[in-house]
Amino acid sequence: MKKHKDLVLHGNEACAMGALAAGMRFFAGYPITPSTEIAEFLSVELPKVGGTFIQMEDEISSMGAIIGASLAGVKSLTATSGPGFSLMQENLGYASMAEIPCVLVNVMRGGPSTGMPTRPSQGDVMQSRWGTHGPHPIIVLSPQSVLECYTLTIHAFNLAEKYRSPVIMLIDGIVGHMWENIQLPEKIEVIDRPEPTVPPDWYNPYDNLPGGEIVPLVPFGEGYRYHVTGMVHDKSGFPTLVNEEVEQCLDKLIYKIKNNLHDIIRIEEYMLEDADICIVAHGSVARSAREAVNIARSEGLKAGMLRPITLWPFPRFHLENISKRVKLFVVPEMNYGQVYGEVLKSCPKRAVRVTRVDGELITPAQIMEKIEGAAL
Amino acid sequence: MIRTSETMYKYLRPDKEFPHVWCPGCGIGIVMGALVRAIERTGFTKDEIVLVSGIGCSGRMSTYLDFNTLHTTHGRALSFATGIKLANPKLNIIVVMGDGDATAIGGNHLIHSCRRNIDLTALVVNNNIYGMTGGQYSPTTPMEHKASTAQYGSIEKPFDICKLVEACGASFVARSTTYHSKMLDALLSRGIAKKGFSVVEAMSQCPVQYGRRNKKGSPVDMMMWYKDNAISNPAFKKIPPGEIGEQFPVGILVDLDEPDYLERYSQIVKNAGGDRL
Ligand SMILES: Cc1ncc(C[n+]2csc(CCOP(=O)(O)OP(=O)(O)O)c2C)c(N)n1
Ligand code: SF4
Ligand SMILES: [Mg+2]
Repeated sequence: MKKHKDLVLHGNEACAMGALAAGMRFFAGYPITPSTEIAEFLSVELPKVGGTFIQMEDEISSMGAIIGASLAGVKSLTATSGPGFSLMQENLGYASMAEIPCVLVNVMRGGPSTGMPTRPSQGDVMQSRWGTHGPHPIIVLSPQSVLECYTLTIHAFNLAEKYRSPVIMLIDGIVGHMWENIQLPEKIEVIDRPEPTVPPDWYNPYDNLPGGEIVPLVPFGEGYRYHVTGMVHDKSGFPTLVNEEVEQCLDKLIYKIKNNLHDIIRIEEYMLEDADICIVAHGSVARSAREAVNIARSEGLKAGMLRPITLWPFPRFHLENISKRVKLFVVPEMNYGQVYGEVLKSCPKRAVRVTRVDGELITPAQIMEKIEGAAL
Repeated sequence: MIRTSETMYKYLRPDKEFPHVWCPGCGIGIVMGALVRAIERTGFTKDEIVLVSGIGCSGRMSTYLDFNTLHTTHGRALSFATGIKLANPKLNIIVVMGDGDATAIGGNHLIHSCRRNIDLTALVVNNNIYGMTGGQYSPTTPMEHKASTAQYGSIEKPFDICKLVEACGASFVARSTTYHSKMLDALLSRGIAKKGFSVVEAMSQCPVQYGRRNKKGSPVDMMMWYKDNAISNPAFKKIPPGEIGEQFPVGILVDLDEPDYLERYSQIVKNAGGDRL
């Protein structure tokens, strides 16, 4: 790998480098535009560090393979785009249910179906939250820059290990393919899988510990023989249909995320202190939104921006707080209004959307038009 | 028999999930017994074995045995197993699948595991039906046989699982039946010891969802049918093609020595200057 700290990288490459820096040593994937550079890069780099790269027969098996590798104790990654993301949903739900840490990158392209392979979109916001069936927790991060592709991928692995959960990097095709000059941070925090605190006989991989503490996942083969299933299970991991145990199993999945929102949710606020107008934008669109804020301010309009870096769980409480101060929310996104719906849910205030689905960028001018059109 | 029960007991999880889900007369328990004896013979410790299974009646096997066990999604067991093996090559991985699991929904993973020659042992429990979901036809249901979704008889040509995996490059291919349970455990221990992708097909009676609908008689009758129609591979080869009726070959059908996936991958790592297990 390149030694210099000053690098010109594209988002996908930075994401793959972030994964390596986080200690990822297993990648399984299936080629699909605009994510393929991640696989190509790792096919070169993983052998150099003794890791595993494998191109599987499809995205279903890619997701299965990374769950298997994680159970064997190795941090694992897959990368895909819309159609492949759809195929991964069943096994993604498995990872949620069986509480297997892993990271899935979805570099979003236009959809539905084959859509526009070479054009970007933000169409999978809802699929990343609700694509798999049943109640399940998920963490989804959205980078806006090449640097964030690097740092947030490291963060994604940390969250995956900390919360024993799959974590999705939802990158829009613009950020994935954008080149930027970046400096890798000197110091990064890497969270590794904790050691078990009890001997094998006492080990319950799905125990409900006091204070919501999460049981360390012991890799297969280390003397802790246990059962892993996608079925609703009791604390030892075996299938159960006892009502209280079913409820405990599902509640625990939800609450391990819900009780830690303060730790999981990251947002960026830009010029929001005195704002009347709050633009809510993520990914590449946040870059146009920032510029729109600057233009609006120069015209005497008090605009600001809230950027969800963590898309799911959605920063609902932040929005609720901001809605006490601002008069209007403007939600630009490269879909027909997926985040917009969440904004409406979080605050009864006026909200308007700026949508674009043709695969072109949302410009600051387009956002400004909406701001100017919406009389305050 | 006492000795068999002792071995069984050593590997069961008696305090978990018993009584088991299988119907009276089902062949899957016999297959599980053979698997346990095979593992006992290989000398691996429980900690060194990972038992991965798919979804179906046969997929429930992983629940009952005291290894590192992983009950995956329908058809995908081999992909989970691939991840485990590549992440920790020291583990010995056995993958139990039903006929539908392995050759319908999971057919893609099966053929590619063969082609890659990845060091796993696949145990396909072939009961010619989707047992778990109530007897729908599977890719191995014989023509004209009935199933809950083939009430007029199946019109699809069935797979010969062993021929399929042979054509796809599996290193070790063998078949036995619940009647020939000793042969089954011998074949399984060969498969487990084999470096590369091994497939052992275990013909197993499903008296409830397959036998009953197709007037195959009692579970014992179904096993006697295996006895009458299973022919050792060398003898089978001597039967003129025109005279083959319902007979099928059992025993070792393929046994090749070829580098497995990990051997090839380790070479790549070495060339790239990396370090690996
Ligand atoms: C994706 C998906 N599709 C369908 C099912 C329903 N299903 C469960 S088991 C099964 C078939 C089982 O047949 P087989 O693999 O032959 O195993 P057997 O029960 O006969 O041992 C099906 C269709 C499922 N669990 N998941
Ligand atoms: S349905 Fe058939 S395969 Fe399933 S447990 Fe019953 S007899 Fe066995
Ligand atoms: Mg079956």
